[in-house]
Amino acid sequence: MTPTGPDMLLSLRGLSKSFGTFKANDAVDLDIRPGEIHALLGENGAGKSTFVKMLYGALQPDAGEIAWRGTPVAIPSPAHARQLGIGMVFQHFSLFEALTVAENVAVALPGDIPLRKIASDLEQVSRAYGLPLRANARVYDLSVGQRQRIEIVRCLLQEPDLVIMDEPTSVLTPQECEDLFGVLRKLASEGKAILYISHKLEEVRALCERATILRHGKVVGSCIPRDETAGSIARMMVGADIHEVRHARAEIDRSAPLLSVNGLSLPPRDTFATALKRISFDLYPGEIAGIAGIAGNGQSELFDVLSGEETVARADTVSLLGEPVGTRDIAARRAMGAVFISEERLGHATVPTLALSENVFLTRHSVNPGLRRGQLLDRAAARRELDRITETMDVRKSAPDPAAQSLSGGNLQKFIVGREVLDAPKVIVVNQPTWGVDAGSAASIRQTLIDLAAGGAAVLVISQDLDELFEIADTLAAIAEGHLSPFVPASQTDRNAIGLKMSGVAGEEHRAS
Amino acid sequence: MIRIELHRRSSPSATLRLLSPVIGLALAVITGAIMFSLMGKNPATALYIYFIEPLTEAWSVHELLIKAAPLILMGAGLSICYLSNNWNIGAEGQFIMGALAGSIFPVLFTDFQNPLVLPLMIGFAMVGGALWAGIPALLKARFNTNEILVSLMLVYIAERVLDYLVRGPWRNPGGMNFPESVRFHDFARMPEILPADGRANIGIIIAIVVAVALWFMLSRTLKGFEIRVLGTSPRAGRFAGFSSRGMVFFSFLIAGACAGLAGIIEVAGASAQLRPIISPGYGFTAIIVAFLGRLNPLGAILAGFILALTYLGGEAAQISLQVSDKVSRVFQGALLLYILAADTLVHYRIRIAARPRADKPDVPRQTSEKGA
Repeated sequence: MTPTGPDMLLSLRGLSKSFGTFKANDAVDLDIRPGEIHALLGENGAGKSTFVKMLYGALQPDAGEIAWRGTPVAIPSPAHARQLGIGMVFQHFSLFEALTVAENVAVALPGDIPLRKIASDLEQVSRAYGLPLRANARVYDLSVGQRQRIEIVRCLLQEPDLVIMDEPTSVLTPQECEDLFGVLRKLASEGKAILYISHKLEEVRALCERATILRHGKVVGSCIPRDETAGSIARMMVGADIHEVRHARAEIDRSAPLLSVNGLSLPPRDTFATALKRISFDLYPGEIAGIAGIAGNGQSELFDVLSGEETVARADTVSLLGEPVGTRDIAARRAMGAVFISEERLGHATVPTLALSENVFLTRHSVNPGLRRGQLLDRAAARRELDRITETMDVRKSAPDPAAQSLSGGNLQKFIVGREVLDAPKVIVVNQPTWGVDAGSAASIRQTLIDLAAGGAAVLVISQDLDELFEIADTLAAIAEGHLSPFVPASQTDRNAIGLKMSGVAGEEHRAS
Repeated sequence: MIRIELHRRSSPSATLRLLSPVIGLALAVITGAIMFSLMGKNPATALYIYFIEPLTEAWSVHELLIKAAPLILMGAGLSICYLSNNWNIGAEGQFIMGALAGSIFPVLFTDFQNPLVLPLMIGFAMVGGALWAGIPALLKARFNTNEILVSLMLVYIAERVLDYLVRGPWRNPGGMNFPESVRFHDFARMPEILPADGRANIGIIIAIVVAVALWFMLSRTLKGFEIRVLGTSPRAGRFAGFSSRGMVFFSFLIAGACAGLAGIIEVAGASAQLRPIISPGYGFTAIIVAFLGRLNPLGAILAGFILALTYLGGEAAQISLQVSDKVSRVFQGALLLYILAADTLVHYRIRIAARPRADKPDVPRQTSEKGA
């Protein structure tokens, strides 16, 4: 490691943080120069978030030194961090939907600045960086990309020297990503440093000058991303080769669909929900169909209608195995051999506080007759089922039967997928199968889906991750503002075409024609 | 500057979940001691009279059983409601309506005297309590009204109905114009357990059997699983195919039936007739029973006895110490307050900090799932 020099903007030495016996960060060293875009890479659970929280004053390190422009400092709070010149753009936005852009910026700024001045400052900054924003627009009218601009502008208004960005592209279309990269390069050219947290390797190779890689809370290496391949960086992150997903594509028999949606329109549930507009498609045995889209464009609404959590007025709007089921509930659809894997692992797919074996009951209580004797729950059978899931899916857990909330994202997702697929389902509907899941678990989950399709099941994958969709899907469509584009074979489309459909541009033309 | 900070625990403490009622009880006893000494009584003597003396004589233990029965029944029923996230505050009203529905036979059909009467009274009482509880359930499920307000207001309506009946149509014609119903005949009375040394009746046995049955349902059956899932995570419950709306009815009807049963045990047991006031606030005290018992019907049995003791102690203190029996209300209130406060410790640990004040983070914490 290079010694701490006055030319370093930020130097960290031996930063450590433990939670109980778990070392989230173990003697982490890092240097950031003015004007560089520095990537912090690591799988989920590698300790990136803990590290960043210490830098931003939201957590206090147990040991280690932070030097800002060569002077040792303590950062007891986010306010101190901002005073020093450290700004942060969060992965999850903290905006009030009912307020205007200017009001949202005002609540985050210290002191008593008149709203009019904030509005003019913010429009000026947003123009200067090519982040167009109207100060008096209401947030609920804005797209996710525009909302992120508010967060960025809010951060820039405080004139930081270091901007921390936590997975900023996870909610953006490919086109929006390019725009963001332009802004970040401009910031760097003005001498501002950027700490860019991500696990998207291609993106880091395109954008960042240096990268530091974390694994199990330790720095395991640093590199110049341009000189590496995505594969070589991934090896450093995971510590092993990620196995390639095998795809044995057979001819799909398109005579009898297993899942059909026919003219599905649904008004929004509430002010912030998305309406579904005339959605129709068929899904055949052996097929993996992918639906791309930016979060909040109707994916969860569509999922709820497919699963039966939300029933519709006409039974033939949704058909399973050729039988109309639009008015039947989720239990009835599960009984027909469909399974549903929802986006939210905690609080939807599982009850966070209940043990895993009890979470087995959650979706299988009326499908797997072995789990009950009459009305009585057979807990021993549930534990046996849990063991079967653990073994088949390689779920790593700290205790034999821990609460769902104590598992890491990847392991919990493997448990959930295992719970649903071990009884050979005929139709699988899955929303964001690998969202926030480490690379190793993600690969095994994708392989599971491919194997299910190879066995004759129909799989519908709703995902924001285009790489994932191109890796596993046979046909692809995009959802934008509740409107689903027609499915096309994955081999006949590309990222750009899907990206355009995701932004709704293609959808507009479609509607106009 | 020294400050007390609350830090969120990574997982809720199981030890403190059990310890919290003990801490609450201890603090309530200390508060009681301070209160007695402020009133010029010797706190040690006062606490002895309040908590120990009632347990030293047989007749008084019988009284304890009589008071514990309705508290256990309603505490166990309310536990089901609260576990499923339905806030029934109106057990007092359901108690009264149950008592009234069950009293139809001994009051209006005085000639109908045979062994069938008591089972019929119990059945009517349970249905009566359940129907009264069904009103806030229906309004919540249908119109999304606030069940806390509706169930509470129905208590006052039930009290007026009782008052009207015993002063009007149901008044004992031979009762010298006292606002009372006729005394219940022997077939309409709860059989006493040990008539030789006290008036305790089979109500306490019924209460314990019901509490154990509810515990069994909660911990062993699919319905119990449904209650716990819908209470902690309604969306996961919907994903499991459970109906939140159905659970509103189920939990309210169970709690209402328990309260109605408690009502008929009270009027067909100790008092043997209807009067304008038939409960010293059992329905409200049962809320404390439910929380002291950790929303576990078995816990409600123990908690029911403890709260019954506070009633007896209050009466004893009134006689021996010449203090108002409102002392028991103060004590019960302090107990609930302390338990709820001590429950904070289940999720947070206390840290005494001397370092400079850190500003509140102005950003939401990231979800632990995404975090490192």
